[in-house]
Amino acid sequence: MSAGAGGWLQAGLLVLALVAVHRPLGDWMARVFTTDAVEGPKSRLWPRSGHWRVEKLVYRAVGVDADTEQRWPTYLRSVLAFSLVSVLFLYLLQRVQSVLPWSNGMAGVDSGSAWNTAVSFVTNTNWQGYSGESTMGHLVQMAGLAVQNFVSAAVGLAVAVALVRGFARTRTDRLGNSWVDLTRALTRVLLPMAVLGAIVLVLGGVVQNLSAGTDAMTLTGASQFIPGGPVASQEVIKQLGTNGGGFYNANSAHPFEGPSAWVSLFQVFLMLVIPFSLPRTFGRMVGDKRQGLAIVGVMATLATASLALNSWAQSRAGGAALQLAGAATEGQEVRFGGPLSALFGTATTLTSTGAVNSLHDSYTPAGGLLTMFNMMLGEVAPGGVGSGLYGMLVLAVIAVFVAGLMVGRTPEYLGKKLGRREMTLASLYVLTTPAIVLVGTAVAMATDAGRSSMLNDGPHGLSEVLYAFTSAGNNNGSAFAGLSANTPFYNTALGLAMAFGRFVPIVLVLALAGRLAQQGRTPATAGTLPTHQVLFVGLLSAVVLVVVGLTYFPVLSLGPLAEALS
Amino acid sequence: MTATLDRRPETAAEPRSQQRSSIDWGPALVGAVRKLDPRGLVRQPVVFVVWVGSVFSTVLAITDPSLFGWLIAAWLWLTVLFANIAEAVAEGRGKAQAASLRKARTSTVAVLEDGTEVPAPDLKPGMRVVVVAGQVVPGDGDVVEGIASVDESAITGESAPVIRESGGDRSAVTGGTTVLSDRIVVQITSKPGETFVDRMIALVEGASRQRTPNEIALNILLSSLTIVFLLAVVTLQPLAIYSGAEQSMTVLIALVVCLIPTTIGALLSAIGIAGMDRLVQRNVLAMSGRAVEAAGDVNTLLLDKTGTITLGNRQAAEFVPVGDATQAEVTESAQLASLSDETPEGRSIVALAGLGERDTGGAEFVPFTAQTRMSGVDLPDGRQLRKGAAGAVQNWVRSLDGAVPPDVAAVVDRIAASGGTPLLLAEAGGEGTRVLGVIHLKDVVKPGMKERFDELRRMGIRTVMITGDNERTARAIAAEAGIDDVLAEATPEDKLALIVKEQDGGRLVAMTGDGTNDAPALAQADVGVAMNTGTSAAKEAGNMVDLDSDPTKLIEIVEIGKQLLITRGSLTTFSIANDLAKYFAILPAMFAGVFPGLDTLNVMRLASPESAILSAVIFNALIIVALVPLALRGVKYRASSASAMLRRNLLVYGVGGVVLPFVGIKLIDLLVSLIPGIA
Repeated sequence: MSAGAGGWLQAGLLVLALVAVHRPLGDWMARVFTTDAVEGPKSRLWPRSGHWRVEKLVYRAVGVDADTEQRWPTYLRSVLAFSLVSVLFLYLLQRVQSVLPWSNGMAGVDSGSAWNTAVSFVTNTNWQGYSGESTMGHLVQMAGLAVQNFVSAAVGLAVAVALVRGFARTRTDRLGNSWVDLTRALTRVLLPMAVLGAIVLVLGGVVQNLSAGTDAMTLTGASQFIPGGPVASQEVIKQLGTNGGGFYNANSAHPFEGPSAWVSLFQVFLMLVIPFSLPRTFGRMVGDKRQGLAIVGVMATLATASLALNSWAQSRAGGAALQLAGAATEGQEVRFGGPLSALFGTATTLTSTGAVNSLHDSYTPAGGLLTMFNMMLGEVAPGGVGSGLYGMLVLAVIAVFVAGLMVGRTPEYLGKKLGRREMTLASLYVLTTPAIVLVGTAVAMATDAGRSSMLNDGPHGLSEVLYAFTSAGNNNGSAFAGLSANTPFYNTALGLAMAFGRFVPIVLVLALAGRLAQQGRTPATAGTLPTHQVLFVGLLSAVVLVVVGLTYFPVLSLGPLAEALS
Repeated sequence: MTATLDRRPETAAEPRSQQRSSIDWGPALVGAVRKLDPRGLVRQPVVFVVWVGSVFSTVLAITDPSLFGWLIAAWLWLTVLFANIAEAVAEGRGKAQAASLRKARTSTVAVLEDGTEVPAPDLKPGMRVVVVAGQVVPGDGDVVEGIASVDESAITGESAPVIRESGGDRSAVTGGTTVLSDRIVVQITSKPGETFVDRMIALVEGASRQRTPNEIALNILLSSLTIVFLLAVVTLQPLAIYSGAEQSMTVLIALVVCLIPTTIGALLSAIGIAGMDRLVQRNVLAMSGRAVEAAGDVNTLLLDKTGTITLGNRQAAEFVPVGDATQAEVTESAQLASLSDETPEGRSIVALAGLGERDTGGAEFVPFTAQTRMSGVDLPDGRQLRKGAAGAVQNWVRSLDGAVPPDVAAVVDRIAASGGTPLLLAEAGGEGTRVLGVIHLKDVVKPGMKERFDELRRMGIRTVMITGDNERTARAIAAEAGIDDVLAEATPEDKLALIVKEQDGGRLVAMTGDGTNDAPALAQADVGVAMNTGTSAAKEAGNMVDLDSDPTKLIEIVEIGKQLLITRGSLTTFSIANDLAKYFAILPAMFAGVFPGLDTLNVMRLASPESAILSAVIFNALIIVALVPLALRGVKYRASSASAMLRRNLLVYGVGGVVLPFVGIKLIDLLVSLIPGIA
């Protein structure tokens, strides 16, 4: 079997698995976030009623009234406060890890790196300026990083659900209770799935122990350090929560993180499963499953196109050696073949995961361009847990606005009028990430502090810096490599990019949700723009591509495009 | 006089629209130059950015002179100028009309009841003025005394005079109109400076134009796109410097201007003014642009039955014999009974009988009275013929011990169920007292209405017929006319309640009205079109006034509203789609020198970097002028489903917007490259 055919087989398997799982999972999440506190009929298999006992304990411990719904500002304040506390806690934990147990003898992390890492994990970016096995002890890995892997994904889910409620509800100022949404996202979605996933990973050979590592003598007599650690438990949520922060520096290319081809493929599945199921949840909650199908259609269209292009770009690399090998091989996960690298690379940049099993820096320039472009889409195809859905819905608002005008009505999406306020919030959302990425890159390229970290010059060097800010601004977290990012400049700048790239959109999304929930609903008629048809799927895909393409065309032309066309 | 009141409104609208169909470029150019003042341009952020760019590039052309620099600067100024022309042309159309209206206003002097003279602008609400034949009514008000024929052509363009009288629904007079006969006393209702004419002047001039909600929302989107592209270009320079391809300010400014959505930004306000103007051409005055936009969104249309859906009068459709009467007997009797009946119904009966002239010598006609609810004729041979409401005629027959055949009830029911009005025809004397037959009077649905309502349904608009008829009759007419729903036996309160109910369901409602009791409903409706013949209260309550007083025009108003929004959306799509070609022109021009590979992107094979950039800028400017007629006329609108419309407009303005600039820029480049020093 040729590598290409194998690649398509892998992709086919993946699609089948996602199609099979997205319905039950999407429906389940819809139920999780719509079941109110009132006790319903008991079931032995699934407790379907009100709050679970363990959740009640959490609410009591945190001291929140779980039965009162919040207005959008309160919802926002809760989410922001929770994230701020998370950043502070994670920062402190890293700084003082040397005096705490299970530090494996690691020193306290220096302040710049600690700030960067704290922001990185809380914002679901998981950009890693450090090398895992030589910086973080097991305690930080488990109580700090792994915990954030869970809760940062839960924050994304909560915000997405709040926006969906904005569409689903009418004439109310209540968006739900953020503490309930966060807790349920953990107890009913992420934790159960992570347990199942971790078991699969351990069966697949991913290590799971508390060993600080052992020195072993190899056959040739050399001494080799074999690291250990609770890898599987972290690996599963790294993918499931679209986090991407690896236990080891080599991330999923490390044999203990990605021991075999099928485990690698399973990891891709874990990255995609929640983001691809959320549109179903959305369709359920707004009472029209076709709407969810349209959204997932857009995500799938963009993802498929990106994967096809990336595979093509990798296979038509220049140079005699590469021609013989059939494809570019440098930096690829050669154990499992190029196609799985392309699949992994596409999935990790299309979701906000950022885990890698190959080095994007070494992709062909066109392949590197694509991984960058994937992130520039704003992480919407399918994007991060929660953030993918809310990003796509905001883009849908923009698309509906222009298309709605073209059918001669004040634009409305799901019966909600898109007026001045709605468009202000959506426009600012679309403006935020490009501003962060472009300004960040320009500042880095204009300063010595920025340029001195570059390991390459010419367009490739520029690509490395552009990639770093694109990754941080879009909360992806993958790195192009070729950039020494553990410097005060990059720790600070990328930290800021991650923080703004995460929380400014959340503010706008929740404000939009509040605004939408207050509206009534205009009933759909023959004159209403249909948002569940193929035409709309094509339109929204085109809007995403055009808006992103036009924004980044100039910078790309000086980086990867210049390289690809030379 | 009845004849003049029944005028066909279309004749009045025609000359006006013809006179305004061409674009008057001369005065528009003067207006455009005047609009170069940046203080006014701030309202249009996109154009303002171009203005700033023009100033910058001019300074650069002066400090660092080059042919390229000067050409870019000149074309950027032209871009701003073209944007202003669009607005000036749109505004210019209303100016002539405003001037003639002003004349009517300024020369009037009012005479109060006590004989004192007051200049018209000083009139206050509550004052009573006397207007006699030949005088101009000095201000808006209601006739409180007298009756007069009034020439309203100054306002409506309609030369046939109308009757205005105290009391009732025809009491309103408008300042600026001329009394042709008799004498009336008018109680002024408008404040100084806020008369109908004042408002009209402001409207047609566009002076009081406030930006509408949707226009503001679109402007926000365009502003954010402008900021995105500004950022993309500003941040490009450090990267270009790093890459060893530092760009001149002139080139960067040119890139920004080409990328920001200048086309729609320049045409946006012209589209809005033109939308109002299209209404004015159809003799409709919208009191706010908001109402025009709302018209495009209307979900439910409330239409009065009489005059809108049906012709004003019922007509005889058939004669049905009952009992042992023959068809010939009934037809003849019906004609005889109606010969002297001058009502439209009576004349229609005679016409339907079609028996020609009859000798009526010696016959005594019995007119209709409210007491008998019958009319008819007493013939010289002693026969008495009566026709009238079913109950009244049956009582009359029974009171004379006559026979009411058993099939009468069935026929009456059938006619009523079909939406008609049954008139019973009976005779006394002659061959005995009996009911002869039933005359079927029918509401006649105006020709072409069914097609219009089908069109509305395709547009997703529900129609509701408002009528005083009973439910059954109403339903039958609705079915015939293709109306979706009826509000039967409707009182003004019912109407208001229906509007509120529809609005609670998230629907927008449009209606027409003329009476004082329509005022609350007109005010509640999202689009309330008052008839100009209506009362001041109605005109005050509605947000549009139809000078032709033609209720069917509501449908046109909806179409104009939709067309306005479609034009905005289509030109926005076009504007953004244009950017692709501009990138392919400008980016290789900027960077192919350093990265020769980027020349692959120069798919248009433009002659030189300078000619490429210049061609893009020129195309960007010229496309504005080219689209001015489209912006003023509006994108072609055909009633169809939303998806069909979207598909069509995406194809024309989306795909067209991608392709056209490739062709346009290439053609311009062929010309520009002839300039020595550019190619």
